[in-house]
Amino acid sequence: MSEKSGLLIENLERHGVSRRTFLKYCATLASLMALPPSAGRAFAEALGKVTRPSVIWLSFQECTGCTESITRSHAPTLESLIFDSISLDYHHTLQAAAGSAAEAARQAAMKLNWGKYIVVVDGSIPMKDGGVYSTVAGISNHDMLMETAKGAAAIVSVGTCASFGGLPKAQPNPTGAVPVTDLVKDKPVVNISGCPPIPVAMTGVLAHYLAFGNLPELDKLGRPLAFFGETIHDRCYRRPFYDQGKFAKTFDDEGARKGWCLFELGCKGPVTYNACATVKWNDGTSFPIQSGHGCLGCSEPDFWDAGSFYRALSMPADPLKVAATAVEIGAAVGVAAAVANRVRKSAAKAGHETATLVDIEKERD
Amino acid sequence: MSAGLSRAVNVLKEVIDAPIASYFNSCVHCGLCAEACLFYTESGDPKYTPIHKVEPLRRVYEQEYTLLGRLMKMVGLVKPLTDEELGQWQELVYDSCTMCGRCSMVCPVGNDIVYMVRKLREGMAISGHAPDGVVAATKRTVEIGSPMGVKLPAVKAQVGHIQDDTGLEVPMDQEGAEYMVLLSSMEIINFPEYLSAITRIMKQAGKTWTLCSTAFEATNSGIQIGVSDLARVIVSRIVDGAERLKVKTVISPECGRAYTALRWEGPNLIGRPYTFKVQHILEVLDEFRAQGLLKTQGFEEERLTFHDPCQIVRRGGVIEPQRNLMRMVSKNFVEMSDPSKYNWCCGGGGGVSANEDAEEIRLIAFKRKKAQLDEVKPDKMVTACANCRIVLEEGLEHYQMDLPVVGLTEMIAEHLVESEPGSQKE
Amino acid sequence: MDAALFLNWVRGTGLQIAVFVFLLGTVWRLFEIYSLGRKPDLAERRHVAGASGWHTILRRSVPIPGMMQRSGMTYIAGYTFHIGLGVVVFLFAPHIKLIQGLVGLSWPALPSQFVDLVAVVTLAAMLVVLADRIMKPVKRFLSTFEDWFTWAVTFLPVLTGYFAARHLLLPYTLMFSLHILSVELLLIVLPFTKLIHVFTVWPSRWFNGDASARKGVPI
Repeated sequence: MSEKSGLLIENLERHGVSRRTFLKYCATLASLMALPPSAGRAFAEALGKVTRPSVIWLSFQECTGCTESITRSHAPTLESLIFDSISLDYHHTLQAAAGSAAEAARQAAMKLNWGKYIVVVDGSIPMKDGGVYSTVAGISNHDMLMETAKGAAAIVSVGTCASFGGLPKAQPNPTGAVPVTDLVKDKPVVNISGCPPIPVAMTGVLAHYLAFGNLPELDKLGRPLAFFGETIHDRCYRRPFYDQGKFAKTFDDEGARKGWCLFELGCKGPVTYNACATVKWNDGTSFPIQSGHGCLGCSEPDFWDAGSFYRALSMPADPLKVAATAVEIGAAVGVAAAVANRVRKSAAKAGHETATLVDIEKERD
Repeated sequence: MSAGLSRAVNVLKEVIDAPIASYFNSCVHCGLCAEACLFYTESGDPKYTPIHKVEPLRRVYEQEYTLLGRLMKMVGLVKPLTDEELGQWQELVYDSCTMCGRCSMVCPVGNDIVYMVRKLREGMAISGHAPDGVVAATKRTVEIGSPMGVKLPAVKAQVGHIQDDTGLEVPMDQEGAEYMVLLSSMEIINFPEYLSAITRIMKQAGKTWTLCSTAFEATNSGIQIGVSDLARVIVSRIVDGAERLKVKTVISPECGRAYTALRWEGPNLIGRPYTFKVQHILEVLDEFRAQGLLKTQGFEEERLTFHDPCQIVRRGGVIEPQRNLMRMVSKNFVEMSDPSKYNWCCGGGGGVSANEDAEEIRLIAFKRKKAQLDEVKPDKMVTACANCRIVLEEGLEHYQMDLPVVGLTEMIAEHLVESEPGSQKE
Repeated sequence: MDAALFLNWVRGTGLQIAVFVFLLGTVWRLFEIYSLGRKPDLAERRHVAGASGWHTILRRSVPIPGMMQRSGMTYIAGYTFHIGLGVVVFLFAPHIKLIQGLVGLSWPALPSQFVDLVAVVTLAAMLVVLADRIMKPVKRFLSTFEDWFTWAVTFLPVLTGYFAARHLLLPYTLMFSLHILSVELLLIVLPFTKLIHVFTVWPSRWFNGDASARKGVPI
């Protein structure tokens, strides 16, 4: 794989992508990332000159959904072409080599591009019991990550598992799964969360890095603001229905068929930052809410543990479980207080000394 | 803790009940009760806020009857009542409160503040923090039989005059009479026309009635000072007298507090219901009117208004009789603003008129009544409580208002058919 | 702890604690208050139509003649914020959903924009109530720390709820968590402060009305 050399732009031309199309793509990408128009030209210049960088893709406790998302497309897209135009030197699913040959390829790529290669990680890293719950070629995920990260220019955590721990970290977290940022502290890390993430979120960040040599502006959770700066709720086309209080109550009632807001069916849109409502999926075809299902909040940390997918955000997790106990204890304390009061009052009554004229007169000053 | 203070706290613990607990926990410090109390509205001094007047009671409640309050007292977060504080509250509980009950009418959370003042007085009095004037009146009532020291001979003297003037008998100790008539000291001394009026009205109505030699006094100073034990002693005389004479109904005179004491507090003081009825004279007169037994003629010429005594109307429930009676003898009867149960107090009930310390604030509070009168501009004011009459007259004099005050019973009597010279109708 | 986990705690454990303390405290305090009992009244009762404790429960909400002129602001601002609270708490769709989830009851909601407006009016009324408490001599005289504290504890849920719904001040998830947290604070202090008048105002009005009604005076 590392034999293919040459500039990215030449590679694109060989695939029939004209320079004009390439420039248009760069402009679109810049606009999507809310960068000024000059960035589009910068993208074009920089990307045009780039030699195919080395990318090492480490897959840990993952479902391969992130790879599926990025590589699956119905028609060849520029994303997949760019993807072809990086030197993907190590990827469990996509590489041809297997076994020790695959590991050898990783080591070689690391040595050859030391300090310049990009590490992409999907899946979380198990830490319990010495990390035995996920190993590759007998090496624990933890060890492989720390070893490979040493010479990396940047780490890209793809998917919620690598970004925040994801599904394996959900209660009770039997493998002791942790995200990349818990382990790698000395390299720039960007979290492109989502389960899976939107393809262009990935390629946009990569393109930015390749062109400018740095990561785009990130939010407090390390996600690129360009794609994770707004909630689904704030960009959802069904928002007017929310504001009017028109909610679907079941999945096939009148409200559902009319496309009303899915808040009552558990949509986590209000607390989820992602680009689904604007960029959408499958080249802008649709996104979960448009298809009639509430947002799961899959780009947020611990979304598996954040309450049922089908319970509205306003619904807490069963506080009335303790209600009976509270009332019982309250009644017990109340009865105790009541008894104490009655006893006190009876004692006061028993201690009553009949008032006389002397009493009202005495202690005059 | 001094003996007086500990007895005070003890008696307050006795009287605190679920309503009081409910009231203290409901108060949201909105201050509306102050706007209903004439002592605040005319002086502008927030210390007269009704709920503030019962603060010592609240402290006892909190520290004795709530777990958290008891805990706070134990760790010193709240201080127990001191004798000095009770002393400070004397002017609030006695000088500037007539227990008129307006505050209880306006509290939005439903607090019956006058009820709480009444209960607090139990503790205040027993620890020696009631005003001298009220203590003296109570002493006289218990020892002599009347707050103004009126004894039976004085009553008999009045009876003699009336028999001479009217030519009618005033029965005394008549067993089996339908009505037993009580008097208030104020009437015996200041308004003897009352007894004269009763005598003539009873004759016309054809009803049997009597005075009681051992229980002629209706006024109950025990209620005013707020000591139930003493109030019981006083009211028991009436109960004993009424039961001894086997009367059907005891008539409470034109005195506000007497009616409240006898009609409403009495049975609770003696611990059992009465075997006789109690009616205010206005109720009796109105009954006679409805039965056609009260015949009057002629109408008052002047523009009249009626001052509703708090204890009879708002706190007593006698609301319509006086209006019916007024309309019997007047075509020019105008109600004051805030009439009937909404009326403003004369400012002198509940022991305030007997209390020298309270004179200044009482006269300031009278501005409220003055304002009502300035609005209505009557030629004459009619009322049905002897104490109100005195207080009103004093207030009017202080503000140099020329307005006569008369009692309703005697006004009715003036129009009795038989009283017109030369016209002998049935 | 990140915002989502904080929200989770606030909605889960936090709410359980608050509901627990609220229920325990309310049951305890109501027992404590009403256990003192009321002696039966031995005086013969008058029966007058329209006079009873039950009548007073309703009628006491209407000021008597003359009081509006004397203290109109108390009534107007007071009613505005009470009614506003009622609307915002009970007629806002997400709140109704919450109640439905807890006890199974639900009813139609008002449009969210209307509730939004009512929230603003409520906040304004509460500020007026606060200013009135500061400026009016009687209210200032009566006020203790508890009055200011309970005002704040009632104000914060409306404020944070409004901010959360409108995505103001703080990121939504955090603002929403603070809103629920402020409600939890309200629940916890309610049984132990004057806020318990939510429950005690009805029996108080009844006792008062009954005492007067038996004398034949409807109040």
